[in-house]
Amino acid sequence: MVIFYILLMFIVIAAIIAVETKDLLSSVICVGAIGFGGSLMFLFLRAPDIAITQIVVEVLGLIILIRATISRDLTFIAGDREFFGMVVSIVIIFVIFLAGMRVFETLPEFGTSIFSIAPDAPSRTYIKDGLSGTGAANLVSAIILDFRAYDTLGEASVLFTAVIGATVILRKKSRKLLEETDE
Amino acid sequence: MKGMSLIVKTIGSWVKVLIFLFGVYIVLFGHLTPGGGFAGGVILASCYILLMLAFGREQAEKNLPLALVSRLDCLGAILFAFIAIAGLAVGGSFFVNFLHQGCCRGEPFALISAGTIPLSNIAIGLKVGASLFMVVFILSIFRPESPGGTKE
Repeated sequence: MVIFYILLMFIVIAAIIAVETKDLLSSVICVGAIGFGGSLMFLFLRAPDIAITQIVVEVLGLIILIRATISRDLTFIAGDREFFGMVVSIVIIFVIFLAGMRVFETLPEFGTSIFSIAPDAPSRTYIKDGLSGTGAANLVSAIILDFRAYDTLGEASVLFTAVIGATVILRKKSRKLLEETDE
Repeated sequence: MKGMSLIVKTIGSWVKVLIFLFGVYIVLFGHLTPGGGFAGGVILASCYILLMLAFGREQAEKNLPLALVSRLDCLGAILFAFIAIAGLAVGGSFFVNFLHQGCCRGEPFALISAGTIPLSNIAIGLKVGASLFMVVFILSIFRPESPGGTKE
């Protein structure tokens, strides 16, 4: 339980820095740190699928945001690449590679049930209590709208935000108004 | 002549009703058969997208005005949030299935069963269908300012 409070403090501090800092690039990096803290939380809550999704979205969003801000903000990286920095990054990549190899070794054999390594996995509860607990014959519906409805609420709000973004960026009226004020 | 050719228009006017009915079926029976709110909403949206492709944008907007679509979108979102908060108020925790645990506990495999799950399916279906149709509609309105040339 302590790890969640530590991660929560990390996320809150990163959010405050992201709002308060003057440099756009460090603000974007702080936003990325918030997302990675959230994905670590999902991982400790035993929801690795959502953690993987979160990491993918965070990496893509970070790349797009950095690409969008780096031309706007004057952040010059002067001089050649330093030898020490290159060695450090190569060592970090090698360590991540070794950790990944270790993770693949601990994976169960392809096709074996998840219960063989994690007997208290939540999917056992879903299968056992799905019909009696929710009354829905379709177990997928029971999971996404009852056991994990909070996740579905997040998906619905993502869709809502996407529609708002498309409407605001692509509407006709504001473009005309913008042009008139420009000229 | 707006839209596509006569063949596409005729077939489209026959098929659109069937697609709409199929979408409604997928949404309503989401807790019994494969499907649910997301899949049914996409099918409902594709019915109106077919209408838009075959008959032109004006006809589709006359059939389903954009203001109505945006209201349906918001209605679905509010309905889903309302189900969540009603669970908090009645059952004591967020998104609890209060209808199944409380008064109206239907038989399994019946149409009216599973408590709040069919209601959530309807809300999600409204939300997804309206959002998808609105995105496609707005993308079809959008025209680049200067196609193929520079503005300066």
